Formats: sequence, structure tokens, C-alpha cells
Amino acid sequence: MTHAIEIKDLHKHFGQNQVLRGIDMTVEPGQVVCVIGPSGSGKSTLLRCVNLLEEPTRGKVLVEGVEVTDPDVDIDAVRRRIGMVFQQFNLFPHMTALQNVMIAQQRVLKRGKKEAEAVARENLRKVGVGEKCDSFPGQLSGGQQQRVAIARALAMDPSLMLFDEPTSALDPELVGDVLAVMRQLAEEGMTMLVVTHEMGFARQVADRVVFMDGGVIVEDGPPAQVIGDPQHERTRTFLERVLHPEE
Amino acid sequence: MADRPKTTEPAQRRLSPRKRQRILRGVQYVILVAAVVALALWANWPSLAQNFARLDIAELMLPDLFTVALLNTIIYSVGGFAFSFVFGLILALMRLSTVGPYRWLATLYIEIFRGVPALLVFLLILFLPLALQGFSVPFGTYGQAILGLGLVGTAYQAEIFRAGLQAVPKGQTEAARSLGMSATRAQFTVVVPQAIRIVIPPTTNQFVSLLKDSSLVLFLGVSGQYVELTKFGNDMASTHANATPILVAGLTYLIVTVPLGYLAGRLEKRKGTSR
Repeated sequence: MTHAIEIKDLHKHFGQNQVLRGIDMTVEPGQVVCVIGPSGSGKSTLLRCVNLLEEPTRGKVLVEGVEVTDPDVDIDAVRRRIGMVFQQFNLFPHMTALQNVMIAQQRVLKRGKKEAEAVARENLRKVGVGEKCDSFPGQLSGGQQQRVAIARALAMDPSLMLFDEPTSALDPELVGDVLAVMRQLAEEGMTMLVVTHEMGFARQVADRVVFMDGGVIVEDGPPAQVIGDPQHERTRTFLERVLHPEE
Repeated sequence: MADRPKTTEPAQRRLSPRKRQRILRGVQYVILVAAVVALALWANWPSLAQNFARLDIAELMLPDLFTVALLNTIIYSVGGFAFSFVFGLILALMRLSTVGPYRWLATLYIEIFRGVPALLVFLLILFLPLALQGFSVPFGTYGQAILGLGLVGTAYQAEIFRAGLQAVPKGQTEAARSLGMSATRAQFTVVVPQAIRIVIPPTTNQFVSLLKDSSLVLFLGVSGQYVELTKFGNDMASTHANATPILVAGLTYLIVTVPLGYLAGRLEKRKGTSR
């Protein structure tokens, strides 16, 4: 069976700064993998290398068997299959929520206006902002904006979703709504690679948790092991700080 | 160290800062009143009125003032503005291109046309038929005027667009690209529409500036149906040996430029609150 994502010996340098130093990992179809680790550990860069928002310095990334790092690959076609959700939502501020979810369907998938609108409305309803179709992003709360962003990605019928700290820019009371949508997606069998600081979500929803530090994967396993019973000192120190910040 | 208590001791100060400010303000009013009184006494009001505010001469300017002169001013500036809007956007995109030569060409153009007086560009346009045998600017005077204003306006408008394009967050392009849009499509569906919104206020100011520069059409040697406000005012002033027409032409500019200036200010404020 083809892996949903396969990463081989991935390196990424920004000038002298080595952000990723040899990452090997796979994500199987239907799996939810959470990537945790201190800031600057390279987890966002890893995620952004999967849909080539960052060009890897060395190594290979395969998405459903297609090598995205191959210069001959049509990256736009690959990206269509990969939904991406950003920390800062990145909704298009000059379009309504509905238009945000329609635009790429129309321009990229060449769906007709009627079909695109129907798909958009359905996805907005699914993420719980069905009544906000005609609002502009600036009129929505952070939690609503992020859910519109998720609907925008889902409307492209992706086979895999990337989440880059989707709740980090949200007020604490709005985090739950977004996590609930992600949890629902996971239950429906969506393949998800999630960079997050939400340990509760990782523990309950993830099939696997990957702990990164200093540009390498330190620990990779089921949440009960990585979060519940970490084998490495660095993982223990990090979790200690995240779970009990005041001690 | 020894000085410090002295300066913070109120009792040792001649005047408190607030008192000093009040006196200062008083002095400013005195100077203002003195200046106004002096001007009123010194100016020769009847002579001024005779030379600058002859209503009978002003009346002679109607209706051509609006139907010919202002109309032409608007045609020249709107034409030049449309020209500079289109080419300014192209030039700005070139300036931000990843292809080096495009960047250099755009930079070269912008530096040249922002660096020379607009009048010089107009004078050069007069010589175009000499330089290029058999070439003439289409649409005659209108074409020449619009070309001149357009060439100069393009350089400024390009810089306005460049700032606008750069003000659109990088995440916007990333979101569009990760939805499968090509770089070009992302640019035109997501970045450019936002950039245009951002540049509306400075673009309004740029239009006002073009409107004023349209007075340079005077140097194209136009006459008759092609005259714009400044030329019209100047011609009338010569005919009647009186400055009133120039003053009236100036007021006519203000009818357009002042509201536009306010509009730009309003738009700027609205942008500030919505973002």
C-alpha cells in the first residue's frame, strides 16, 4: 500500500540555519499524526515541506507515491490533493466566507458556480458556520475564521490535511470549536498531519505522536507512549514544561 | 547631581511650563493680528480687485470655462491616469518579478521618470515625430497630452502599486498556492485585488497630482478646442490684460482637487478602521 506521506532524509537550511537535519517518517492513509515539540524545533517547516511551501534542501517527500520534490512534478496538481490550514487562517479578506470556499473550486477544479456554491455551503455547515456564509473574514471571530479556512480546504476534496498550529492564534475559549471540527474529521477517516501544542487533542485523537527537537525526530509512537510514558529525557523535559508550566 | 534638586524645585522656577505656554500662545496671537492689520492697511484693495477679481471678465469666461477648459483638463488627466494605472500595475509586477532583467528595466524606468521634471517629458514628446520619422502620436493633442501625463504618472503609480502589493501578507499567496492555484493565478485572484484596495487613497492623491500636471499641456502649444484650464485662463488674461481669468481657473481646479483630497483622507481613515 502506498503511504499517504513518506519523508526520506529531509534536510532544510535557511542560510546557515539548519532547521531540519534528516527527517524520516511516514503517515499511512487514515492516520492522524500529531507533531509536537518546542518552538524552533522545525515542526512547522516539516509540515510546509510536505506541500512544498518550503523547498527542501535535501531529501525526498512523497505524497501518495508522488515525489513532490521532483522538479518535473506538477506541484499545483499535488497541492490540490493536500488541504492546508494555517495558524493565521489566511482567509482572503476581500471575499465573503462563501466566496473564500468557492474561489479555488471554480478557478482550480473548474467547477460551475452552482456546484461550487453547493459544496461551499455544505462544508461551511459541516464546520458549524453555515449561517456566516455572507460575512467577511473581518466580521468573524478567530474560531469562526479558522473553521471557514478548514471548510475552504475541505471543499477541494483533499485526501490529506495539514494543520499548522491551527489553534495557536485563538483565544482560549474558541479553541474547543476548532478542535471539535478536527476531531470529527479524524473520525471520518481523514488523513491528518497536525502540528500542535494541544496535548489533550494529541493524546485523544492522534494515532501517533511525533516529538521533534533541534530539527530531528526524537520520539515517534502512539500517544500513550510518547506523551504518557516518554522514553527520552528531552521529551520528558518538554512535556513537563508544557503540562505544568508553573512548576 | 547638585543641579538636579534645583531644577525640580518649583519655587526656584520663574514660570511654570503651563504659564510659559500660555504666554507663548498669547504672543502668537499678537503677531497674527499685527500681520493682518498691516496687510489690510498696506494693500491697495481697489487695485487688487481691479486686477484679480473683475466679475465682468470672469463672466466672459462662461460657459467655455466648464464646457471646454475644465472638460479638457479632465479628459487629459483621466486619460493619463488610466494609462498610468494599467502600466503602473504592469511595471510594479515587473519590479517584484523573480526575473532580474524585468526588475532592472522597471527600476530604470521609475528612476528616470520620477527623476526628471514632467515638463521635460512634455517637451520631448513634441520632438517625437522628428526622432521617429513618420511617427505621430495618435489622437493628436489628446494623445500627446495623455501620453505625457501617462508616462510620468506610470512611474509614480508603479511605486504606489509596489507598496500595495508588498503590503499584502505572504500568507495570502501561500493559502492560494496551497489550494492549487498557480503563481500567476494566485497573484491575480488574491494579491492584486487586495493591493488595489490598499492603494486607493494614495492613488487618489496621485490623480490630484496628475490633474495639476495637466496644466503642462500649455507647453504643447495647444489652442482652440484643446485648451485646458491653465492655458484657457492665461489666454483670457492676455486678451483682457487682467489676472482675473487665472484666478478663476485656479478656483476651478480647487472645485475638483479639494473634494478629492477629502475623499482620499476619508478612504484612508476607513482603511485604518477596517483593518
